[in-house]
Amino acid sequence: MAVAARSETPQPLSRFILPIAGLIGFVLCIGGIAVLVDPHGGEHLLAWIYDLLGNNSGALALRNGQGDQLFSKILLALVALGVGVGGIWLLFIGVGWLVSQLRPQLRDRILPWVFVGPALVLLTVFLVYPAVGTVFRSFFDAKGVFTLANYSTLATPEFIGILGNNLIWLVVATGGSVLLGLVIAGLFDRVRREALAKTFVFLPLAISLVGASVIWSFMYTWQPASKPQIGLLNAVITGLGGQPLSFLTQNPINIYAEILIMVWLQTGFAMVVLSAAIKGVSTEIIEAARLDGATERQLFFRVIVPMIRGSIITVATTIAIAVLKIFDIVYALTGGRFGDDVVAVRMFHEMFQFFDDGRASSLATVLFIAVLPVMYINLRNFRRQQVEA
Amino acid sequence: MTASAKPVAREVGRVKAWRPPLLQNGPVRIAVVVICLLWTVPTLGLLVTSIRNPLEIANSGWWTSLLNPFAPDQWTLSNYQSVLSNAGMGNAFLNSVIVTVPSTVIPITIAAFAAYAFAWVPFRGRGILFTIVIALLVVPIQMSLIPILKIYSGAGLYGTFVGIWLAHTGFGLPLAIFLLYNFMSQLPRDLFESAAIDGASHLQTFIRIVLPLSIPALGAFAIFQFLWVWNDLLVALTFLGPQTDLRVMPTALFAMLGTYGGQWQLLTAGAFVTMLLPLGVFLALQRAFVRGILAGSVKS
Repeated sequence: MAVAARSETPQPLSRFILPIAGLIGFVLCIGGIAVLVDPHGGEHLLAWIYDLLGNNSGALALRNGQGDQLFSKILLALVALGVGVGGIWLLFIGVGWLVSQLRPQLRDRILPWVFVGPALVLLTVFLVYPAVGTVFRSFFDAKGVFTLANYSTLATPEFIGILGNNLIWLVVATGGSVLLGLVIAGLFDRVRREALAKTFVFLPLAISLVGASVIWSFMYTWQPASKPQIGLLNAVITGLGGQPLSFLTQNPINIYAEILIMVWLQTGFAMVVLSAAIKGVSTEIIEAARLDGATERQLFFRVIVPMIRGSIITVATTIAIAVLKIFDIVYALTGGRFGDDVVAVRMFHEMFQFFDDGRASSLATVLFIAVLPVMYINLRNFRRQQVEA
Repeated sequence: MTASAKPVAREVGRVKAWRPPLLQNGPVRIAVVVICLLWTVPTLGLLVTSIRNPLEIANSGWWTSLLNPFAPDQWTLSNYQSVLSNAGMGNAFLNSVIVTVPSTVIPITIAAFAAYAFAWVPFRGRGILFTIVIALLVVPIQMSLIPILKIYSGAGLYGTFVGIWLAHTGFGLPLAIFLLYNFMSQLPRDLFESAAIDGASHLQTFIRIVLPLSIPALGAFAIFQFLWVWNDLLVALTFLGPQTDLRVMPTALFAMLGTYGGQWQLLTAGAFVTMLLPLGVFLALQRAFVRGILAGSVKS
């Protein structure tokens, strides 16, 4: 499949049209950016359009913060798309053209930076600079004085409890998802209509954590024993003769009730990756194990599982990173009020309730330190891949 | 299927490896059905409850209505009516679309250019910069919240769509660059050599050759980013703030949990409204999504 790029012989028409189109695009982008930096840009732009069309009352209403708000929002999104996509293309093509006019040596040195430039700027502003800033802030108290107190309070019983909860999450949610995903991948591999069966387990992955929290808080609903149970789990429990349980307020059950939601969501992810890995195990090895008299169970746990160890580790680290940062489920269901608080939720409360940025930063830094081993493994694997390639 | 497929599978090599004897399929098949059922029941309960008469919801389990589906006055869509208008879910749906579309399209554009340069344009510092991108893949989003919030409140970007578009673009870039790099670096070298011989510039090579060939990877990332942004609670809570008219689906549903706690007819309908679009996208594009997951995780 040789897709050769045609060598460019500029026609006289395009020699004029392209720069003019570029210029118009440039002006539009400047206008678009002006609209985007204006806090009421959408309304003002629509008002301006209404003025042009002679709808003066509509324009006036918009400028007073009323009128067709809906369409001013949509208009703003369109402008953002125009600037965000069109503007970036214009930037790349325009600057790329300018650079191509330079001496070849200089051109080859500058052009790559045009390609990676916007990405590097955004990565620096939104990830690198803030990460450094957060570590820095974690050493200062609310008054801006240097202190180690943000870290030493992490050793008080309250915070040890929170860190302990994160540890329970890390072990149980990660282990549960990977184990279930592995077993389900192995089971589903042996039936017809495998794809359909997988869809059922995979589907929750599309559901937001807040949505899943609502789904499961309905599963967990509790009513006094005198009333009919409308939550499925308590209906089962009372049906078997037990007492109804308040799953979300009783510690430590609530932690596991919340973890179950995460397992329900993440098992599908583990299943998909591990199922692909299982199918990658070569037939010869499996045949050989069968010939040696291995039972199907031995075959799975003694032959296949060790062979896909790499995939299992990858899945486990990916899920572990998501679990470590767990926020939505706990924040939406209890706010961490019933002994089920976790680091990310507490950090949010430190930010917006206690306004203690130093403490919040130290909590974020704890999460950061916890992912460092994974970062190291990723980098090492990448280096190894580069060497192989 | 089991016996006859084997020789073929062996010839093809590593496809469809493990076909067990049919003997064991009885219990396995039952287990599979039970697992599928267990995984579906919670969502089914939500769906059924959302179209039940509110009076019934409070007094009997949702499964009872499935046992007696033709009882009078049982089913209704009025829960959705009230959720979409009174609880502000209609407005939140629109806000979510407005937040999600630019937050998905813009990072893809920027990442595609960067990934191409990282894969095929040699330059000084390329290795170390790409190493940084890989390192940033796992940095928790929590590390960014406070400093960005400070920048935003200084720059007037707090509580604006522009602010959240930029934030999602920045947070999505490492994965986007990584996925697209993985894909683009696998393209055959001949392609680039023949393009260079034909005198194509890097820009032309990128636009005419690399982009069209990378559509599967671009699509896979688009689905990821769409689901992530649509379902995100933390970034929206932090950067859009508590304003009612700026609520997106997850923040609106979260607010409903506080306001309508216990009113299951509203909560279930609201939750289903938030799930509608991602579930649809997911079911329609499942294959592309799975490919993306495999590209993103197996290679790392």
